Formats: sequence, C-alpha cells, structure tokens
Amino acid sequence: MSRALAYWLFRYRRTWQGTIVVSVANPLLFLLAIGAGLGSLVRGDVEGVPYLEFFAPGMLAAAAFQNAFIDAGFGVATARGRERVYQTAVATPLSPGAVMGGHLLFIGLRVFVGALAFVLVMAAFGLFSSAGTALAVLPAATLTGVAPATVVAAWAVTVTDFPRLNTVFRFVVMPMYLFSGTFFSVEQLPAALQSLMYALPLWHGADLCRSLALGTATPGMTLLHVAYLGALAVAGVLVGRATFRKVLYV
Amino acid sequence: MALIEASGLEKGYPGTDVRAVAGIGFQVERGEAFGFLGPNGAGKSSTMRMLACVSQPSGGSLRILGQDPVTHGRELRARLGVVPQDDALDLQLTVRENLIVYGLYFGLSLKHMRARSAELLEFAQLADKAGERVEHLSGGMRRRLTIARSLVNDPEILLLDEPTTGLDPQARHILWDRLFRLKNSGVTLILTTHYMDEAEQLCDRLVIMDKGLIADEGTPRELIDRHVTREVLELRFPPGEQQQAADKLGGDVEVLPDRLLCYADDGDAVQARVTELGLQPLTALVRRATLEDVFLRLTGRSLTD
Amino acid sequence: MSRLPAAGGAHLVVLRNVWVHKGGTPWTMALFSVYEPILYLLALGVGVGALVGRVPGVDVPYAAFVAPALLATAMMNSALEETTQTVYGKLAFDRYYHSLLVTPVTTRGMVAGELLWAVLRALITGVGFLAVIVVFGLARSPLVILAVPAGLLTAFAFGAAGLAAAAYARGWHSFQYVQLVMLPMFLFATTFYPVTVYTDWVRMLVEALPLYHAIELSRGLALGEVGPGLLLNAAYLVVFGGVMLAVAQSRWATLMAR
Repeated sequence: MSRALAYWLFRYRRTWQGTIVVSVANPLLFLLAIGAGLGSLVRGDVEGVPYLEFFAPGMLAAAAFQNAFIDAGFGVATARGRERVYQTAVATPLSPGAVMGGHLLFIGLRVFVGALAFVLVMAAFGLFSSAGTALAVLPAATLTGVAPATVVAAWAVTVTDFPRLNTVFRFVVMPMYLFSGTFFSVEQLPAALQSLMYALPLWHGADLCRSLALGTATPGMTLLHVAYLGALAVAGVLVGRATFRKVLYV
Repeated sequence: MALIEASGLEKGYPGTDVRAVAGIGFQVERGEAFGFLGPNGAGKSSTMRMLACVSQPSGGSLRILGQDPVTHGRELRARLGVVPQDDALDLQLTVRENLIVYGLYFGLSLKHMRARSAELLEFAQLADKAGERVEHLSGGMRRRLTIARSLVNDPEILLLDEPTTGLDPQARHILWDRLFRLKNSGVTLILTTHYMDEAEQLCDRLVIMDKGLIADEGTPRELIDRHVTREVLELRFPPGEQQQAADKLGGDVEVLPDRLLCYADDGDAVQARVTELGLQPLTALVRRATLEDVFLRLTGRSLTD
Repeated sequence: MSRLPAAGGAHLVVLRNVWVHKGGTPWTMALFSVYEPILYLLALGVGVGALVGRVPGVDVPYAAFVAPALLATAMMNSALEETTQTVYGKLAFDRYYHSLLVTPVTTRGMVAGELLWAVLRALITGVGFLAVIVVFGLARSPLVILAVPAGLLTAFAFGAAGLAAAAYARGWHSFQYVQLVMLPMFLFATTFYPVTVYTDWVRMLVEALPLYHAIELSRGLALGEVGPGLLLNAAYLVVFGGVMLAVAQSRWATLMAR
C-alpha cells in the first residue's frame, strides 16, 4: 500500500504547487464573494451567528466533499481507463487491495491539504475563537471528504463510460453541494427534502464542521456524525476491495 | 499542357533557415499516377500541402490546372481531392454523414449528396457500414472512407499522403485495387509513400526526394536500371568478417552492419565466385533489385530522424 | 459542378454542428443548459434570498435580482462551452478544421461558423431560462424578453474570446487558466449583490469586467430600469467581442497556415 502511495506522491511532486494555489484561491474567493459580499445583504443572524460565520464551515465541508468526488471519481476512472495505472501496478507484486489503499491514502492526503488551506484562510478571516477550534475542524473536514471518497472510488473503478461520472456529478453532487446546509440552513427546506438531506453524508459533514467551528457541538450529535461518516468510509473500503479485485483480475 | 507544373519550387518556414523544399521542378500529366518517394523530412509533405493549396510556396512557380494556387486557392481546392495521412474524419458523425456533410462544404446540394454518398459507399466497400459511427471502423475502413470522402466533388486530381501507412497487408491490397480503378477511370493520382512496393505497384512515374531536393526522376524500371544492377546477392558473415570478405570479393559491393550487398546483373555468377574464393557465408540469397535499393543508394542508409 | 459556398462556408460549419446534435431537440438542449442555473437560483436566489428579503437600493426580492444575472451567465457559459474545450478537441485531436482546410471553406468561415453556432446555442439556453424566470414568477417587467437578445451580445463577446482561447491553448490544462479567470468573474461581477457593496477602487475593477456589463444589461432590462447606461453596456460587449474576434481570426489564420 505504501508503494502504491509512493507512486501517486511521485507524480504529485510535479503539480503540487498549482494545486496549493487553487486550494487557497477557492476558499478565498467564495468567502469573499458569498460569505462577505452576499452576506452583507443578509439581515440579522443565521442560526445565531453572522452569515459569514455560518457559511464558512459549511463551504469548507462542501469543498472537501466536492474535491473528494473529483479525485476519487475522475481520478480513479482515469487511472483504470485511459492511463491504465492500476493494470500496470497489479502486474507487479501489488494486490488490488493495496492499489486501492494507496490511491485512497493519496486522495485522503489531498483532501487534508485542501482542508488545511481552507482552515488557514478561515483563520485569516478571524473565524476561529481559538487554535483548538481550528484543530478540531481540520480532521472533521478531512473525514467529510474521505468518507464518500471510498464509496465513489469503489464505484468509479467499474466505470468505463466517462460521461456517466459527469452525470452523477451534475445530478447528485451539485444538488448535495448546494442544499446540504452549506449556503443556507436545511431548516428552510420543505420537510421531505429536509429529511432527505439528513440522510445524506454532506449534511453530516457540514453540521459536524459547523458545530465544531462555532463551539455548539454536543457529544451526542458529534458522535452520530462521526459514526455515520466512519461507517460510510468502512463500507466504501469493503466494497472497493471487491470491485477493484473484480476489475483488475479479469 | 501538364496538369501541374512546378519549377524552382521552395518552401521555408518562418523562424528557421532550413528550407523543407529547396527548389524542385516537376510536371504531372493528366491521367498518370505520380509518386513522391523519400525518407521522413525529405520535403514530401510540404510539397503535398502546396499542391493542396493550403500552404503558400516561398519561392519558385507552381501552376495547378493552369491556375496560380496563391490567387485561386479556393477555386482550385474545389477541384482537388485530398486524402490526409491522419484521415481527420468527423468522429461525431456516421460513415454516410461524413460523406454528405463533407460534400456540403464543397457547395454541393443535400439531394445530390444523398445519391452521391450511396455510390461512394459502394466504391469504398462500406455500404453495410453506412450508419455506423466512424470510431467503430478499422484502420483500413477509415482510410477507404477518407478516400471516398475525397471523391465527393469528382476531383480531377487526387492527392494521397502515405495512403497505406499503418495498414495490414490485406487492407493495403484492397486499397491498391481501389486506387487502380480510380486511375483507370481517368483520375490523376499524386501520392507520397515510403513503401517501395507501393510505388512500384501504383506509380507510372516518380521522383525520389532527399533533403528538400529531387534526387532523381523516372519510371520505377528506369530508376532501377539507372542506379542499380538487375540482381542483388545478399551475403551474411559472422560479425567482424564482413569487410574482409568484401575486400576479397571486390566489384560493386556495399557493406552493411549485418550483411553484404553485391550488385550484379547475374547474381548466381557472383555466388559461384564466392564459393571459388573459399568464402563461407552464413547465408546467401540472390534477388531482383528493387526500388528500395535505388532509394537507399540515393538517400543514404543512416537514420533520418 | 459545385458553386463555391458563400461566407467562407460559415453556415456549413453551423449546419454540421446542428447535424451532430440532431438527436436532441432544442428543448432537451435547453433543459440541459438551464439545469445548473436553476440549482443556483434555488439555492442562492430562493434559499439565501429568504435571509436577504428585498435587495437594498434596488428594492426587489432577492431572487428577482439574481435571476437576470444567472440568465446572462448561463448564456455566457453556453457560448464558452461550445467554443473552448469543444473546439479545442476538434482542433487538436480530431483535426476537424484541418479536414476543412482542403475544402472551399475558409479559415475565416470556420471561425465565423463556430461563433454563430455558439450564439445559437446560447439563444436556446436563454429562451429556456427566460421560461424559468416567468414560471418562477420573477419577471418584473415585460422588457425581460429583451434580456435574451441582450444575452446574444454576451454570447458573441465570450464566444469570440473562447475561440481565441482555444487557438492559444497548449493542452487541456490550459483551460484551467480560463477557469481561473471565469470563477472569480462569476463570483464578483455583481451576480449575487449590487456593485454598491464594494469600496470605490474595487468597484472600478469590477466595472471593467465584461461580465459586469453583460449582467447590468440583462438586469436593467429584466427589472425594467432602462436608461442610456444600457447602451454603454451593450457597446462594451460589442467592442470587447469585436476585439476578441479579431484576435481569434488572426490566431486561427496563423495556426491553420502551419
């Protein structure tokens, strides 16, 4: 697994500077334009805090989720399809499980770096009451990305039709991104949609990040969110072991 | 009057001193099949692009169908057919649609193209593939479709850039047959190739190009007679003994890294001499001289790219 | 005997693109293109809009304020999609334009044809999103109908820029730079709030952006606030598009002569 990870790190050394710039620029742009700009029009507080403070941790979770889908969906499908990286790897002593594990570790690292950049930008906006708060939010955001990434990777390795990834991105990821309590509170949604959002991973991630950032977290809810996302991650790995094996040992 | 007349034709590209075509002259008559042979970088493709009226000559003169390609490029292109090396088919359209849409680019009517595309599909032996997407075709089918496409406007001159490169032997022979039929129906063919057998099969006349210049011109037979002997004896010796054997044998002998080529009108006689001299080659083979021998003699044996 | 096609064969390039899309009706195409702006309209216009109420200074409900901006950006995006990656793929990988080069279609005809197609494609998107605005009850003035032709100017301006970008691209990664310009422009060019939230010098920067003028024009018409300023916005788009078209034409001429 570490050897499979080493492959991705070796490739990453050529592009990491660019991805860091994007990782910092994206939160900066969104926090300025939506959080501060649009936020200046918002009357009063949202869930008891100014709009920017409400929006920032939600956006942090949404960005981690979206980046994880792009890396795990398009990244895995490309590695299996056009680039045939996996096929090359399993021709060596690496097992399909190790190939998957290595790539997932790399995706996790990327999600972590993205979350770190976002958290630093939030800190620059003065959105954390203490360093401890920021340190608690960072693993929460990483988990928000990694948990769905394992499931997406398990599915993406079976996808040969690239446009299908785009379809899922448009019709599954985008609505979740916008309506999971990221830009506005899910309590504003009609009851049916609200329950649907409670069942989906991004709401758990967004609520986890927000409650930790604002200091409103309760042990019960925190445990529920972490358990939900943790179970998702484990399920993804278990399914992925089977799908990677099936696809790579033809 | 010749269909194409070129003299002192040159092509250079901005930013480099190297002239891809360094002053060549040739004439192509109506109904003949005219070939450009040469290693990579000899200037064949640059010449073809000028003939297709998509690239302006940097010097010399060029007349196609009696007109100047620089001032009448668009009118001339309407009368030419071009088969590019990379096919460049429209991957988003079906086989039949490729023909119809291409015909529209020439200002032909949809009604005309409906009928014409059926004829062309028949000619290209693709009638049963009419509704398929191009990406599902084999290399040979794609090339036949590209040739069919180049015929939508009933061109007087057909330009083919390496028409059979990358095809398997069956596909090449089918293609040669189609090109031969076109020639018989009066279409003037101009092609580039680096396959000597293709040049011998298809070309009435050819020029051998090297480093932007014409090294020689003639029919395949003339070129063989002029530059090499009727037969060639190929001898293989253990590494290191080649030069020694060549010195002993004398005559018109070329030493290659892996074998000796002995040029002679009677190959068997040379082989008899080899035995007389007590030389013991690992293998010995007498064959007819081909254009390949001419080609290698004129353009050298070192790698060109 | 064929006659040489007029206008460098630009209409034939359009015809080819229509042919490729013949499986989809204009309505399915519109549905595809308005899906994303509808999501933004719901999330930001309706969702965040509930937190905003009426936009200060403009005094309209927030969703009605955002909708015309989303109309302009949707038409812009349609034109960009058809001219950036799509054209680049046909240029660098399919070698589609090289296959046209040996026909009577001219290089100017290719550029004009692709631009015309991009504008047509934006028209379909615009009509679709206009219907959404009306159905959502966000139309504030009958003049909102004119926001679609105004969007055609936007599509012209950005389509021309897209064709220039496609010809300068050195690989797929080049389009990351397009994204790097387009995302901040989308976020800051008064899509989501009036320009008055900015301090003076930021405001000057924003007012220099082409999308700002596209949105001003669209919003002015949609809210029925017509003034001579709109002519200025339209003029900006025409000039910007004209310059970009000239750049695109010259770059394409160089590229195709290689």
